[in-house]
Amino acid sequence: MEVYMTNTENLVHELVEKHGRDRNALMPILQGVVATEKYLSEEVMIMIAKELDLSAADVYGTASFYTFLDTVPRGKNIIRICKTISCHMRNKDEIIGVLEDQLKIKVGETTHDKKFTLLTANCLGWCHKGPVMLVNDEVFPEVTPQKAIEIVEEYMKKTN
Amino acid sequence: MEQIQLKKVDIIFGWDEKVTPIDVYDKTVKKTADSIILDMIDSGLKGRGGAGFPTGLKWKFTRNEDSDAKYVICNADEGEPGTFKDREILDKVPEKVFAGMAICGYVIGAREGYIYLRGEYNFLLKGLQKKIDLFNKQLAERKANFAIYLRSGSGAYVCGEESALFESMEGKRGEPRNKPPYPTVAGYNSKPTVINNVETLVYTCEICRMGSERFKSLGTFDSRGSKVFSVSGDTPTPGIYELELGMPLKDFVEEFADGDAKAVQIGGASGHCVPRKKFNETIIGFEGIPTGGSMMIFNSTRSMYNVLHDYLEFFTEESCGQCTPCRVGCQQLLKGIEAVKKGEKSPSYLEDMKKLTLTMKIAAKCGLGQSVANPFISIVDNFKEEIIY
Ligand SMILES: Cc1cc2nc3c(=O)[nH]c(=O)nc-3n(C[C@H](O)[C@H](O)[C@H](O)COP(=O)(O)O)c2cc1C
Ligand code: SF4
Ligand code: FES
Repeated sequence: MEVYMTNTENLVHELVEKHGRDRNALMPILQGVVATEKYLSEEVMIMIAKELDLSAADVYGTASFYTFLDTVPRGKNIIRICKTISCHMRNKDEIIGVLEDQLKIKVGETTHDKKFTLLTANCLGWCHKGPVMLVNDEVFPEVTPQKAIEIVEEYMKKTN
Repeated sequence: MEQIQLKKVDIIFGWDEKVTPIDVYDKTVKKTADSIILDMIDSGLKGRGGAGFPTGLKWKFTRNEDSDAKYVICNADEGEPGTFKDREILDKVPEKVFAGMAICGYVIGAREGYIYLRGEYNFLLKGLQKKIDLFNKQLAERKANFAIYLRSGSGAYVCGEESALFESMEGKRGEPRNKPPYPTVAGYNSKPTVINNVETLVYTCEICRMGSERFKSLGTFDSRGSKVFSVSGDTPTPGIYELELGMPLKDFVEEFADGDAKAVQIGGASGHCVPRKKFNETIIGFEGIPTGGSMMIFNSTRSMYNVLHDYLEFFTEESCGQCTPCRVGCQQLLKGIEAVKKGEKSPSYLEDMKKLTLTMKIAAKCGLGQSVANPFISIVDNFKEEIIY
């Protein structure tokens, strides 16, 4: 009889094969899950804990520390807008405003169709080219309200 | 009119096809480890990540430790608001960083080097990994017992603090450790570790290329060499500039500001705010105000209340929460300036809050909590009216 494995189980196995079972492999494994699933579910954290012979509390303890390791469900695309001083001075509020209107959500929320989560972030390291937004791992410096809307539209088309 | 003399240099991003970074490595490892350390000490190079510890000594202490394993770590967490030069370095001349790491590995006797790249720079991962693979291949061809690996952060400013960074690499919460022991004795995996900033590592490579004398001839007695500055805020020419250290802030402002600068924040959120009246007397360097490179210019249209508010919000969010003075202190400072602004607290409350930041300076466990006093006191003292009214 074939052993049935879910996609998530497969993913965890692959990541463990790649990075090993040492505690030092925990961050790369968590990051690997988030890269595909956008967040860490309770089940996934328990799975990882078993594989690495750690307590689930240890895994959750680590995960919950990091802004980019979400433990609540997120949209397929995560938009992060820099809110730190340089970008503040370059009207990040305007960018946040138009995206809230476009996506019909507030910062911190996820759209109904689960395509987008809108978040703010601290300095993204592009202060000379603010305002800046990240969509997943992709960076968009010097965004204007118009450009921000177009970028999100592009992602809308790409995401099903 | 007096001619301004900002001394621009091109060491970090300069590229010499005839002597590439791996050639510098080849040339350098023909020397003994001790003589390389002497060169580093003689050059006067101090860490470019903020704390300014002499690099040669750091290497020497780590070399002197007896251990089965040692590590070289490149700190590419670059989270200080207003700093964006390490990203540019890793994008444009990563081979120089690798060579610096490999030379350090040779000096201290490490077999593994790690680059800890902040998660916000994940878009660099693929390209960087390819270049690392190539460099590792070159090292293997030379039978060098050293290889470089890449690790990512996940969006925590405090992980730029060296011991928090080790914790993170060990799969734990990024909470800073007590010191001592220092990384040179017990760093990553509790083994002797050299952790250097991206830019520092490039300078070690370039000092090996050009010799310590040439490097020493740049800058001032206390601040040898040059430094990469990240310039942002109210400036017509924001960007990345490599300048000799030890320059007067006045010259910097003349070159970069829009003619209306009222303050410059040197060293990011955790740095110092210098008001216009002190531009003349302020030197940028270890003898004056040191900086990890962040230079943010504010003109007269800006509210310094908003600036301070942004910084305090940043610290409140990024505090790891491990120690009370910092966790509660940051929250209270943020609430406190809001209360003063609204008139719910009297202006004298600002003095109480200044005392709180001084307590944090003594009682907080790591540089994050300890440095909140820098922006707080320098902004409150120089722009009190803007904070109150
Ligand atoms: C809260 C905090 C954040 C830090 N962030 C960084 C950073 O992003 N990059 C960096 O090189 N050093 C950072 N540092 C300084 C490091 O702890 C360490 O001193 C530095 O990496 C040593 O390298 P250097 O001697 O080459 O400067 C930070 C320190 C603190 C307290
Ligand atoms: S000072 Fe702040 S960031 Fe540092 S250990 Fe204490 S709580 Fe954490
Ligand atoms: S302040 Fe927005 S990128 Fe630095």
